[in-house]
Amino acid sequence: MHGMNGQGTSQADIPALAVDGVSHRYGPRQALADVSFAIAPGRFAVLLGLNGAGKSTLFSLVTRLYGTQQGRIRIFGHDASRTPGEALRVLGVVFQARTLDLDLSVIQNLTYHAALHGIGRREAQARAQDVLARIALLDRAKEKVRSLSGGQMRRVEIARALLHRPRLLILDEPTVGLDVRSRADILEHVRQLVTEQGVCVLWATHLIDEVAETDDVIVLHHGRILAHAPAPRLIADTGATDIRGAFARLTRIDQPDGASAAA
Amino acid sequence: MSTLALPAARGFSPAQYAVCLGGIVWREGLRFLHQRERFVSALVRPLVWLFIFAVGFRQVLGVSIIPPYDTYVLYEVYIAPGLMAMIQLFNGMQSSLSMVYDREMGNMRILLVSPLPRWYLLSSKLVAGTAVSLLQVYAFLVIAWFWEIEPPPLGYLTVLPALILTGLMLGALGMLISSAVRQLENFAGVMNFVIFPMFFASSALYPLWRVREGSPLLYYVCELNPFTHAVELIRFALYLQINWMSLAVVCGCTLVFMIGAIMAYDPSRGFLARRGEAGGGG
Repeated sequence: MHGMNGQGTSQADIPALAVDGVSHRYGPRQALADVSFAIAPGRFAVLLGLNGAGKSTLFSLVTRLYGTQQGRIRIFGHDASRTPGEALRVLGVVFQARTLDLDLSVIQNLTYHAALHGIGRREAQARAQDVLARIALLDRAKEKVRSLSGGQMRRVEIARALLHRPRLLILDEPTVGLDVRSRADILEHVRQLVTEQGVCVLWATHLIDEVAETDDVIVLHHGRILAHAPAPRLIADTGATDIRGAFARLTRIDQPDGASAAA
Repeated sequence: MSTLALPAARGFSPAQYAVCLGGIVWREGLRFLHQRERFVSALVRPLVWLFIFAVGFRQVLGVSIIPPYDTYVLYEVYIAPGLMAMIQLFNGMQSSLSMVYDREMGNMRILLVSPLPRWYLLSSKLVAGTAVSLLQVYAFLVIAWFWEIEPPPLGYLTVLPALILTGLMLGALGMLISSAVRQLENFAGVMNFVIFPMFFASSALYPLWRVREGSPLLYYVCELNPFTHAVELIRFALYLQINWMSLAVVCGCTLVFMIGAIMAYDPSRGFLARRGEAGGGG
């Protein structure tokens, strides 16, 4: 089971996120069917799928909101079911729903999160200043979150997810409901985290234009993984001209299958 | 698990546990301060009972000398401990209501992705809710003092451990209920089916010997009601006595409710998952 990619077991070979044979059902409805993939550290991976593809379910499993019914999830080698504490401490999460406390100030939201990770007040303040400066919101630290715009709230959520210095950051549809400008800003900011700080990112989206040429793309459709490859190879393999074409071809091929799985 | 080159499990130090608890209590306190209406309504509710209901009923209900009282007491004095417990009952249900709200809004998710053990997070949440209920109860006691509800001065101190226990019990009950409630709308129903029956079928408003005269069956229901024991524990402690029976019941119920809530929020048991896509989306 170990050494996913063959031989070595050195640190560098341990995937940031390894999902092995994960299936999940809500009663009779199969939400995920035998999902397996691994993301190497330091990569920007896009989990591409339409609404209802199973992205949020996968997030709930990785973050341990739900227990894994079948299969294994490991974050930097830490089994999410057996050692959830160790798995969660190297994981940063930005959920699709807004999760900031609107009545508290920006800095209070951040120090609360730090406390949940066992980071004391003084250290939390220092780190919060640091991450807020990076997203250019330091001057609004004392304001209530309610007064921020949607894009600013998202940036605060990303900053918060980085407070405990995770090595893997996962984001579930982080740009939904934002204007074009904010979307671009946030995408660029997160890409910078990958190149400058070596954070590994799993970015779940249904927006195909968020995929860049350098990304790994994981296509999730009706709870199944249809493809997992760097963007250029995905395009080449499907004989399409761009990612949009590749996605269309992949998901169309699956349709009869997917329909029977959903029944 | 052959964890060859995996980073070793580091665990968490006691200081980190303490920081986490401190953070949760601090946030609950801040939220409470920000919701001034909540504080006011938490105070007004028992005061309405005290100022209006008790005055009206004073003439109707005679209270004989029963422990822990050693003289005849006014009806207001009799129902004060019941109203203190009522404050905690409402607070327990309200903080669990906030959990349902939190879960809908996603705040709960932030709590649950903390790497600290989930039982610890839920217990901390419970401690935070209890701390808030103590503030409310003591504020009520201050006002009640001007209304001539004057327990022995030392009683204000001896009632504290009792209030902590009853606060934990009622908070744990609320947490258990919150795990079973999916949406806020359903919660209103639960309030009606939990709060009112618990409050009325207890010794909060009338001594149980009176209930027995009216209906022996109801008497047994009241005896089995954990809320009765919360009230009696508070009543005795306020007058420097210990009601051992109530103490045992309250401790037992706290444990049972808490274990139930922790099991309900345990991902591997999947109560949250079974109820489906609470997180929304796909």
